[in-house]
Amino acid sequence: MSSSGLVLRIRDGSVGYGTRVLWSGLDLDVAPGEFLAVLGPNGVGKTTLLRVALGLYPLRTGTITISGRPPHRGSGQIGYVPQHRATAPLASVLARELVRFGLDGRRWGPGWPSRAARHQVDRALAAVDAEALAGRPVAGLSGGELQRVRVAQALATEPALLLCDEPLASLDAPRREALSALIDRRRHTHGTAVVFVTHDINPILPYVDRVLYLAAAGHRLGPAADVLASKSLSTLHETDVTVDWSAGRIFISGVPDSSRDLQGVR
Amino acid sequence: MSLWDRMFVFEDYGELLSLLHHSVIAGAVLGVVCGVISVFVAYRDLAFAVHGVSELSFAGAAGFLLLGANVVTGSLIGAVLAALLIGLMGERARDRNSFIGVLMPFGLGLGVLFLALYKGRAANKFGLLTGQIVAVDASRLAVLSLISGVVLVALLVLWRPLTFASLDPEVATARGVPVRLLGLVFMLLLGATVAAAIQVVGALLVLAIVCTPGAAATMVTARRGLAAALSVLFATASTVGGILLALGGTLPISPYITTLSFACYLGCRAFAAVRNRRSRRGRPSDRHQQARPEDEQRTARLVATPATRPLSSTSAHPPAP
Repeated sequence: MSSSGLVLRIRDGSVGYGTRVLWSGLDLDVAPGEFLAVLGPNGVGKTTLLRVALGLYPLRTGTITISGRPPHRGSGQIGYVPQHRATAPLASVLARELVRFGLDGRRWGPGWPSRAARHQVDRALAAVDAEALAGRPVAGLSGGELQRVRVAQALATEPALLLCDEPLASLDAPRREALSALIDRRRHTHGTAVVFVTHDINPILPYVDRVLYLAAAGHRLGPAADVLASKSLSTLHETDVTVDWSAGRIFISGVPDSSRDLQGVR
Repeated sequence: MSLWDRMFVFEDYGELLSLLHHSVIAGAVLGVVCGVISVFVAYRDLAFAVHGVSELSFAGAAGFLLLGANVVTGSLIGAVLAALLIGLMGERARDRNSFIGVLMPFGLGLGVLFLALYKGRAANKFGLLTGQIVAVDASRLAVLSLISGVVLVALLVLWRPLTFASLDPEVATARGVPVRLLGLVFMLLLGATVAAAIQVVGALLVLAIVCTPGAAATMVTARRGLAAALSVLFATASTVGGILLALGGTLPISPYITTLSFACYLGCRAFAAVRNRRSRRGRPSDRHQQARPEDEQRTARLVATPATRPLSSTSAHPPAP
């Protein structure tokens, strides 16, 4: 595939804070409709990768393009789904307005109600089967419902790339699977590429095309079966790591300081 | 003279009204700008900051009174300086609140010192703390209107990104909204508003028109436009109503305003309580994360749709047609 058709392209990228380097030598191509999972222990730069793509943090070396252009803040090409948090101020907003924030919340002016905006908001809510939630205050939504509305918010501008920063955290198992399926459906219907940062690979395992595993000693990129293997993770962590695959689920043990994270227990 | 007759005096009311009509207009102008900014104070959880800013504003006004300079200018300088400092303390409520707790008594102490040194009319001193009607003349009304106009126009321009940044800061940052800068600009606007409000209601009771109306309005509705309209209504009713009630008597203006504003808040609380009880009866367990039958079904459907694909799929995955 030619590089111009790629949604996200990083060449020899490295990033760090101060004297500390988080990752380096990263070559990453994400094609339209691809589902990439980003895994690794805390503090290895998973969220920083998303921040770089959002244009909020610069690469130290190398280049990055989003749909062939350098990233810039507020690009409608990218949707962002955050972790679930029951934040107090959000309580006083209708679900519909939360989605509208995603559509044009960054523009100046009062933002009068408009038919066109309403239509786009309705369409985004319909894409996650959340039409019925439109008029409900966010305070009254369950965790799973709020995260569905969050995905609608991220899809409001019809982005080419969906960045998800642990959107499944603090949801129960059925809702993790439901939300993952929803995100997967979007890439099939619209060719939206997905970069999905997570501690727990299992809910998204059926959909993942490739895994980017970041660790302090380096990174590895490839199909889940290749990357999430005892040998590969042992090399990355420079210690013995055991990976068990059973009944389509993965259990990783022996990762220093972060074994809890990888089982999604948090 | 009974207590009641001292509180509500309406002798020569028409004459007084024409004499003090500047104050009524000032009350209306303040009601509008305070009502609007009050909604954002509620969204951003800034009630304590308002109090801190008003004490520093009081210190500024008292200092300028002592120097024989313009009181409004002093109050504006104090308020904007305090707002800027608080804004620079960042977005974290914990850091911010302890900083305000440190700043506030210092400001109040300075103000008390300046007033003690001041040899002029006692009414001037007391007015800064508890508000006064007679202080509003044509030139002060002009200054108040100018400040209010600037704040209102700025809020209209910033409305959308400021709301986004206030209610959903994480996603707003991701979408390129300058969250920190907006927070700082908002604090400046808040400082200017507080400085204006102090001229009529006094430093101690600014909260009644900068905090209460927004808190009341956001309690009864999640519709943002309606919340702003209600907040303006409550603030204006409190200021104008309070001024009209206080006009004939000799008592300070603030108890009238704060009582009206508190009544609006109580009304909203009662309304919200009744409505919530009704909706609880109608929709059981709606507010909790408990599994509901419809949610469960949806989950099952979504999970069932995509067939489990082999894990060894290669890198680039073309979208399904």
